[in-house]
Amino acid sequence: MREIFRTFVRRFTALFRRHSLESDLDAELRSHLEMAIELNVRKGMSPSDARREALRSFGGVEQTKEIYRDQRGLPMIETTLQDLRFGLRMLRRSPGFSVLAILCLTLGIGANAAVFSWIEGILFRPYPAVAHQERLVAIGGTSRDEPRGTPLSWPDFQDLQRSCTLCETLFVSKITGTTLSIGDRAERTTGSIVSDNYFDAIGVHPILGRGLLRGEDIGQSGHPVAVISYQLWQGRFRGDPQIVGKAQGLNGVMHTIVGVAPEGFYGTFVGWSMNFWVPVSMEDIFESGGYKLEDRAARWIEAYARLKPGVTQQQAQQEFAAISGRLEADYPATNRGRAIRFWPLWQTPFNNAATLLPTLEIMLVVVACVLLIACANVGNLLLVRSFARRHEMSVRLAVGAGRARLWKQLLTEGLVLSVFGAAGGLLVAYWCRHALVLLFPARGGVQMHLPGEIDWRVLALSVAVCLATTLLMGLVPALQTGKIDLAQSMKMESTGVVGGRGRAWVRSGLVLVQVSLSFVLLVGTGLLMQSLLKVRNASPGFNTRGVQDTAIDLVSAGYTPARAQTFQDALLERVRSLPGVESAAFARMTPLSYVSSATAPIVVDGYTPPPEESPTVDYNEVGDEYFVTMGIPLVAGREFTRADDGKGALVAVVNETMAQRYWQGRNPLGQRLQLKGRWMQVVGIAKDSKYSSVREKPTPFFFVPVRQNSLRAAILNIRTPLAPQTMATAIAREVHALDGNLAPYEVITLQEQLERSTSPQMVAVTLVGTLGGLALLLSAIGLYGVMSYAVSQSTRELGLRMALGADASNLLRLVMSRGLALTAGGVLLGTVVALALTRLLGNLLYKVSPRDPLAFGSALAVMTIASLAACFLPAWRATRTDPARALRD
Amino acid sequence: MPAPKSEVLQGTLDLLVLKTLDSMGPMHGFGIALRIQQVSEDLLQLNQGTLYPALLRLEQRGWIASKWGVSENNRKAKFYSLTRSGRKQLEEEAESWDRMSTMINRVLKAT
Repeated sequence: MREIFRTFVRRFTALFRRHSLESDLDAELRSHLEMAIELNVRKGMSPSDARREALRSFGGVEQTKEIYRDQRGLPMIETTLQDLRFGLRMLRRSPGFSVLAILCLTLGIGANAAVFSWIEGILFRPYPAVAHQERLVAIGGTSRDEPRGTPLSWPDFQDLQRSCTLCETLFVSKITGTTLSIGDRAERTTGSIVSDNYFDAIGVHPILGRGLLRGEDIGQSGHPVAVISYQLWQGRFRGDPQIVGKAQGLNGVMHTIVGVAPEGFYGTFVGWSMNFWVPVSMEDIFESGGYKLEDRAARWIEAYARLKPGVTQQQAQQEFAAISGRLEADYPATNRGRAIRFWPLWQTPFNNAATLLPTLEIMLVVVACVLLIACANVGNLLLVRSFARRHEMSVRLAVGAGRARLWKQLLTEGLVLSVFGAAGGLLVAYWCRHALVLLFPARGGVQMHLPGEIDWRVLALSVAVCLATTLLMGLVPALQTGKIDLAQSMKMESTGVVGGRGRAWVRSGLVLVQVSLSFVLLVGTGLLMQSLLKVRNASPGFNTRGVQDTAIDLVSAGYTPARAQTFQDALLERVRSLPGVESAAFARMTPLSYVSSATAPIVVDGYTPPPEESPTVDYNEVGDEYFVTMGIPLVAGREFTRADDGKGALVAVVNETMAQRYWQGRNPLGQRLQLKGRWMQVVGIAKDSKYSSVREKPTPFFFVPVRQNSLRAAILNIRTPLAPQTMATAIAREVHALDGNLAPYEVITLQEQLERSTSPQMVAVTLVGTLGGLALLLSAIGLYGVMSYAVSQSTRELGLRMALGADASNLLRLVMSRGLALTAGGVLLGTVVALALTRLLGNLLYKVSPRDPLAFGSALAVMTIASLAACFLPAWRATRTDPARALRD
Repeated sequence: MPAPKSEVLQGTLDLLVLKTLDSMGPMHGFGIALRIQQVSEDLLQLNQGTLYPALLRLEQRGWIASKWGVSENNRKAKFYSLTRSGRKQLEEEAESWDRMSTMINRVLKAT
């Protein structure tokens, strides 16, 4: 064993002392021969005989040296270094080729690495500061209606936390927001409502002060304490070292800042970075629907668990099922038909992981296509060059190089290219790692937080891609050397007749693959584009173009409910009398915004729910004139008025789906409905509209007057034909007149709101479209290359045809038809692949069939135009063939 | 008719070199080659060149060491000498060679 190691070390160090070792060897062998000659002379031979005899008994000086060298160093490494040097020299010799090839690979590998980094940073390891996130899972509830993740209630969560034996820890992290006013600047910021064990559970230790203490999540508004993020501390508090212990108003309640989280910790929510953390006990200050900690029916908790090491997901799911089964038996009134389960982080139902998953899946397919196309292009370039180097290869084979050695050399050259490509690609990925967020519009002035992560897994995967690329590209010319017939090529090499049938076939095959892949991407782009247009032009059931909304956050500004009411009444009066304003109304939430509707269990007079169901319906709190402002038609009954306030009878407006589901054909008008223990009378039926997503199915929904409920409605909807900018100035002026310290949020149309809500589709279209365009360009270049080469190789044939009477248009048609035949083949292949692949788009498509003929048709049109353009130049060159010259040469 | 010369068995050369250095002390390559041919009474057909990769191999394993010096005829030459681990290796290999040849002899004589 020791000898093997010693040998390796000596051989390895020999690699670096080649020059001195080589002269050593020369000297040693020379002295051997001289001594032998001397001896032979002394034996009586003539000097020339002595020399001959010495050489004979030595046996091949050069062979000895070769064997000696192989024994001395590490031949594997030496030949590789040799190949590398040679490869680099070849690249330097044809810079045009090298730049083109490396550019193709940089794009291909870079796109892949960037998407890998997004997937890693957003889906698989979204919380780098959190301990053992590989064992973290997201917890949610399921019900018959919503198998995909509802929130939990606090009592359910606590029971789960107590009974779960397979989990190391369970903690709550529910996103919330506030308007932060520090000094004279107010801005929207996001934070989390968390359980008291949060910071211990995730292993994040505040750099100043403390985390939350045990018991701080008990009671109603019991513990007004907050931990703030490092960014907030640095940005808004200017890194104040005395920050701990200071008070800060959050949603109208003074909170004591007890700690500062470390740098690089952004909370536990995919899509937004968190800037403050408050205990669950402060929930009624930040959440809609009041105090909910003792209410098992109020489901609002978003939670995570970390499984114990070695526990499989299946075992843990079973335990969760058992626990939720017990809860169902113990609390049938609230938990009937419900279960609790968990999802891996990348499927987290309550953050942007779920919305980005399909987009990123598609991106993975798309970048793989782009990489393949790039490989095909580079493969083609290498192939063309390998024709040029046919002579070199033949000579190498003739002087005794093994084919394996030639392959190794060609693969090394491919490797040099792809290493450069990979280096460039990683640079591209590094620049693009945070680029995804640029495609999403900021909401309410807060930019999303979607960092990519380039860690060793991403690097390893990129290296794997690079190696696969090398094999793919290097394989093509390598296979060609397999076909070299020595005698034949040495003989024919000078006549310029290369490009046999076999090689043309390989090149055409590569182009076929390129064309078909870009066709697939074009179809995908077409489908997504159509779907996006349909989504954006779909009627959500309310007026989108003529209605604008803004928000005035009185709660954060410290208004009491009574003062807020007076303010809103005054503001409404002023806004309604503004020129150009047709109507205006307050509401608790804007449809299609991220803020989710309030949801609560209801009881409907005369409706007995089946044993498996506990009816829960979403609702909105709205002010008077809401329906006319939004343009939601009422099918029956009346709209809310100023009279529907605390003094009037409690009322509600239900939508059509709700009327059908719970009154089943009877007229709901005048009937009763119970919400949070209060009976209210149905006074109107509204047409269905969309509430949280344009793509949702018709869902039961109802409205209650804001004055009879929380009194907290910050959204102001305005119906006006004026431009949002004009409106913004007017509103700001009116708000200012009432309270100099207040400023409204941005004013946007509901159309803009709708478009923001479809940003995942927009992102998919942008990315697939961009990369599809890139792919098209690459394939067009590939097609151009093949056609040019074909034309340049068949000058003789073209000249002959001309001499026999073919005119320019004949030749043009000949070449073009050859190129178009290739395109047709590619499109055919692409159609088959596309039909199989577009089903992947399923979730992102809205009212568009994955086999939509329009998308396929337009992809065909674009592809045809691109290939016509790519073939035209070579075809035109063909018509310029000089027959006399072609035949003479 | 002279006896046919036999090829050197792979691995045997190592043993011969080690033994030569053991009994003769430090020697240069040409000297080793001559000595092996003399001792084997020219029965061994040895391409002297093949000696050098073998010497290198032995040196890499640490069984012999080399040093440039001056030959008896005032010629610069590389001298090889046995190291401690080389001597041990020689003992082991000689022993296993003995065992092997005894065994083969026994088998041959048994028939």
